[in-house]
Amino acid sequence: MKKIIFGIAFILFFSFMVISALNMRPFGEPVFSEMDDYFIGNAQVETGANNVVTSIVFDYRGFDTLGEATVLFTAVVGIVALFRRVSK
Amino acid sequence: MKQMSKIVRTITNLVYGFIIIFGFYVIVHGHLTPGGGFQGGAIAASAFALLLVSYGSLITKKFLKKEFLSITENTGLTVFIVLAFLGLGITFFYNFLANTGGWFGNTAAIGPNSGDMNTGGVIPLMNIAVGLEVLSALGVIVLVMASGAEFTKKKENS
Repeated sequence: MKKIIFGIAFILFFSFMVISALNMRPFGEPVFSEMDDYFIGNAQVETGANNVVTSIVFDYRGFDTLGEATVLFTAVVGIVALFRRVSK
Repeated sequence: MKQMSKIVRTITNLVYGFIIIFGFYVIVHGHLTPGGGFQGGAIAASAFALLLVSYGSLITKKFLKKEFLSITENTGLTVFIVLAFLGLGITFFYNFLANTGGWFGNTAAIGPNSGDMNTGGVIPLMNIAVGLEVLSALGVIVLVMASGAEFTKKKENS
């Protein structure tokens, strides 16, 4: 009984995935492309960096990078606290 | 963790420096080529992991200090936040060095990548800061976990 329910659920889920994959629009043609066009057109002029991806990561979305660095720092603090020597 | 055979140790001695140099290359060229602080830091930290695997944690701890790595990690994160605050005259995370003609201030050539290192404003400095932070963070994680495994093994044997 459990296997039948799981099988039906799997088939439903998989068919939804296949249908949505078939209905996907072609790669590289998004609906809203104003931000992309702005970045591609102006990023090199505004930030002076040739690598547009880095100029987005470190300049336009610097907050995101700050959060990533903080997450890494917190992970290190947690691991050092977990593996510390406990004196009896 | 015991150290591995002589073949592995010799190859480690040969390759170790090149891995670290490649990591710093990816960090420093972050504003020109694919990569950046996070990727280059991970590459350089993989050299520490290689050292730890081939030599064992007891020998590695002698010349790769956890305290030094934690100092560099804090320095990297602090430099990153200070650079973000320095642009506060206009906005947080403003690129105040770009296109000024001074430090990292050349205008980038539009079109094919000319490979001019002196461009990008704050971005190369931030890349170096984040790279230093990621390098030492992953190094500290690997070192601390290896010494913890050593400690539990000693305790189980006794």
